[in-house]
Amino acid sequence: MTGPMQPPPLRPGRFRCGHAAMAAAATLLAACSGGVWDARGPVAAADRQITLDALAIMLVIVVPTLAAALAFAWWYRAANPRARRLPDWVYSGRIELLVWSIPLLTIMFLGGVIWIGSHRLDPRQPIPSAAAPLEVQVVSLDWKWLFIYPAQGIAAVNQLVVPAGVPLHFSLTSASVMNMFFVPQLGSMIATMNGMVTQLYLQADGPGDYFGESTQFSGDGFSDMNFTLHAVPAEGFDRWVAQARADGPLLDRAAYELLARQSAHVRPYTYRGIDSTLFQAVATQQLPPAPGPQQGRGGPGVQPRAGE
Amino acid sequence: MFGKLTWNAIPWDQPIPLAAGMAVMLVLLGVVAWVVAKGHLPYLWREWITSVDHKRIGVMYVLLGLVMLLRGFIDALMMRSQQALAFQAPGYLPPEHYDQVFTAHGTIMIFFAAMPIIIGLMNFVVPLQLGVRDVAFPTLNSTSFWLTATGALLVNISLVVGEFARTGWIPYPPLSELAYSPGVGVDYYLWSLLISGVGTLMTGINFATTILKIRAPGMRYTRMPMFTWTVLASVLLIVAAFPVLTATLAMLALDRYLGFHFFTNAAGGNMMMFVNLIWAWGHPEVYILVLPAFGVFSEIFSTFSGKPLFGYRSMVIATMSICLISFTVWLHHFFTMGAGGDVNAVFGIATSLIAVATGVKVYNWIFTMYGGTIRFATPMLWALGFVVTFVIGGVTGVLVAVPPADFQLHNSLFLVAHFHNVIIGAVLFAGFAGITFWFPKAFGFRLHEGWGKAVFWVGLAGFYAVFMPLYVAGLLGMPRRLQHYDLALWRPWVLAAGVGIVVMLAGAVCQVIQLVVSIRQRRELRDEIGDPWDGRSLEWATSSPPPAFNFAVLPQVRGADPYWQIKRRAIETQQLSGEPDYQAIALPRNSPTGFITAFFATLAGFALIWHIWWLMAAGLVAAYAVFVWFAWRDVDEKVVPADEVARIDRDARRARARWLERNAAGGKA
Repeated sequence: MTGPMQPPPLRPGRFRCGHAAMAAAATLLAACSGGVWDARGPVAAADRQITLDALAIMLVIVVPTLAAALAFAWWYRAANPRARRLPDWVYSGRIELLVWSIPLLTIMFLGGVIWIGSHRLDPRQPIPSAAAPLEVQVVSLDWKWLFIYPAQGIAAVNQLVVPAGVPLHFSLTSASVMNMFFVPQLGSMIATMNGMVTQLYLQADGPGDYFGESTQFSGDGFSDMNFTLHAVPAEGFDRWVAQARADGPLLDRAAYELLARQSAHVRPYTYRGIDSTLFQAVATQQLPPAPGPQQGRGGPGVQPRAGE
Repeated sequence: MFGKLTWNAIPWDQPIPLAAGMAVMLVLLGVVAWVVAKGHLPYLWREWITSVDHKRIGVMYVLLGLVMLLRGFIDALMMRSQQALAFQAPGYLPPEHYDQVFTAHGTIMIFFAAMPIIIGLMNFVVPLQLGVRDVAFPTLNSTSFWLTATGALLVNISLVVGEFARTGWIPYPPLSELAYSPGVGVDYYLWSLLISGVGTLMTGINFATTILKIRAPGMRYTRMPMFTWTVLASVLLIVAAFPVLTATLAMLALDRYLGFHFFTNAAGGNMMMFVNLIWAWGHPEVYILVLPAFGVFSEIFSTFSGKPLFGYRSMVIATMSICLISFTVWLHHFFTMGAGGDVNAVFGIATSLIAVATGVKVYNWIFTMYGGTIRFATPMLWALGFVVTFVIGGVTGVLVAVPPADFQLHNSLFLVAHFHNVIIGAVLFAGFAGITFWFPKAFGFRLHEGWGKAVFWVGLAGFYAVFMPLYVAGLLGMPRRLQHYDLALWRPWVLAAGVGIVVMLAGAVCQVIQLVVSIRQRRELRDEIGDPWDGRSLEWATSSPPPAFNFAVLPQVRGADPYWQIKRRAIETQQLSGEPDYQAIALPRNSPTGFITAFFATLAGFALIWHIWWLMAAGLVAAYAVFVWFAWRDVDEKVVPADEVARIDRDARRARARWLERNAAGGKA
């Protein structure tokens, strides 16, 4: 850093201020890496954008309001001889107008953001793309995730391999109780419910491994309802499909019924083939809802621990 | 004979709940033994258990709420310590126990800590502020309290006999259905809330009637103190919303007990109906709690600024619009169930509209301080802490009301941090502020200021230390209710919250110390004249503690802040108003109806949980019989003779006259 190219030094106050703000922003971003604001797909990025917009809109009025609250409280402290006391001042039409219109206008603005955001980011809204979306059928089970690839004729448990840069269309249902399918870095979550099908579009922009989870408490094994979403390049995806087809068990109704029994800590594995009507059968309850625990404290037979 | 109840119902194999339960039982037995041995039982029975005095009932409600707050806090300590330990490890609480802990934490904190504290304040304050002698239905009031206590008792019995629900405090089916929760946990939840819900509904009816029909002469609606207004809004919500809760839980009970299919997976049940119904109660419930909290702070801002509340009419309009709008927002609890853009947007916008009314309130509090003479006593500190904390909670609340934001934050620790931010920041802070504010009125001496300030600062710091890290953990995608986790990303924030709760624990310890110190120094802290804070509304016009009849003669109300006017006139004229013409006063007689009904309701509830049908029938019949017996009573009032009224009131007047002299001598400092 020598010679004429050196930029003129900033005024010390601003310099410190700018650094503090940058440091704060950097800390915040670093703190959020891997989280919902570390967006790796268009949905997550749009969700984040709306969240930050809404936050900014509110902070514009909230920060001065809080400052005023604390400033008034301090200035009008009983011990301040310079404060002008107005012990009977209880009404002012102008201030009334102001205190109603400031929040109202803010919320009207925010209401617009909500209206547009709710429609643009409706989970069932397809992602515009040249590529046709990859269809994935999701079944939440006690306590693992089943991912069925109808076009590829394979399925996987607790592991979701997808091509990067291609829209993903999820159809989701539950074998038993309610869960919520969520990949924080890719965006919106959606509920899974027995007898019903929900829709969700996501996309991973680049290759990477993304943590996936259930956010709706679903019973004792809930903490292990995690999976990894591996976004891979297109040829990597084809390779994985070929591998999966070559090996592993077959997902027919009998295998499904076995899988649907309560279990946790299930290591990821794949099925080489599927019964293509399985998802519909679960969603329409042709296959009955999965059984719960056979015992519980105070239940028939009174066992100390359930599901062991 | 004993239904499903066997020795195996007691968790012999789980040392933690067993030891905890045994310790609680020992403490309880110890207290009972001490009371009996000291000969306090007749006094307790006569003056408290059978009391129908709204002030006594209020105190008992608050006491119940504080004890349950401690119980819920212990659950919180267990949850935070479990998560601190359970990084790539099982921790010390297995899932089947941990799941009960967080369910019990939510259930207890909302129904048996927050509700009793708020309803306790209502009970104690509202009739005094209205300038009347009691609520509309005093015996019903006592019954309400004891039924609430029944619910709390049943939840705590589940600690040692059987189990509590493992579903979360809103027991979503089908998880809460028999197929997935075959144990008695959900039944404990259902019956404790069904029974205490009856009590809450009766409280709602009682106070709505009281405020609408029984007020001192001249106490028009537009002169009612703001706390009473917010209580009116709150009890109207109770009357409208609690039947929905009762009906919803009753439907779940029918599913579990009689094989109905309201919410089951099978036979056409629909769990989404439960989710809609329960939140149709659940969202108004938030405002049932928070509106009276706003009322408490309105009183405090006005009193400690030495000014009337700014923008009274706006405040009333804001309160009543929150009351209405709160019924139109329930869907924001499940934006992620896939309702679609139109529905989500409408409910998101409706939710944000509540922020308008709340914003108006915040501005009016700020302008109440403007031009005031502010004293930073403990209640005022809580009020300022509330404004800051609640506004932050409001901002994060509006964030999760934006559907696309909620799609990423729902059910995460961000959401957990948000609702603790508003419920602790508003309801609990209001509880502490209100207790400090009205404690001298109830007991005749103030709470210790120094320790009170310690509770405030340590509690506030603890609150931020716990919940700010949880916001970050939520932004990192950490869902609520995890018994263990493997992601290193979340760990620092979970640990930080674990440290934070130790600070909160220190706050709780300060609170206990404050009580003990205050009771020991009660002589120095005495409130002789009944107006320790230079108050403005009618509760300060009577002595501390008030006589059983509250007011020797009902006050004549000529404007807003009636006691402020009375006080000013006395200071200006340097004398009290002339001595009134004392009359004999009829008061409702004490009645054990509430206690006995609740005793049998407890038996019936316990029997229902364990399928002991004969005991259930006996309990229900007996509880009903108590009411019949009560309805046939011949005498329901006792009379305080005029000279007794005169003697009590003259004492109070002498204390005030002395204060007036001292005040004149001291000049206008």
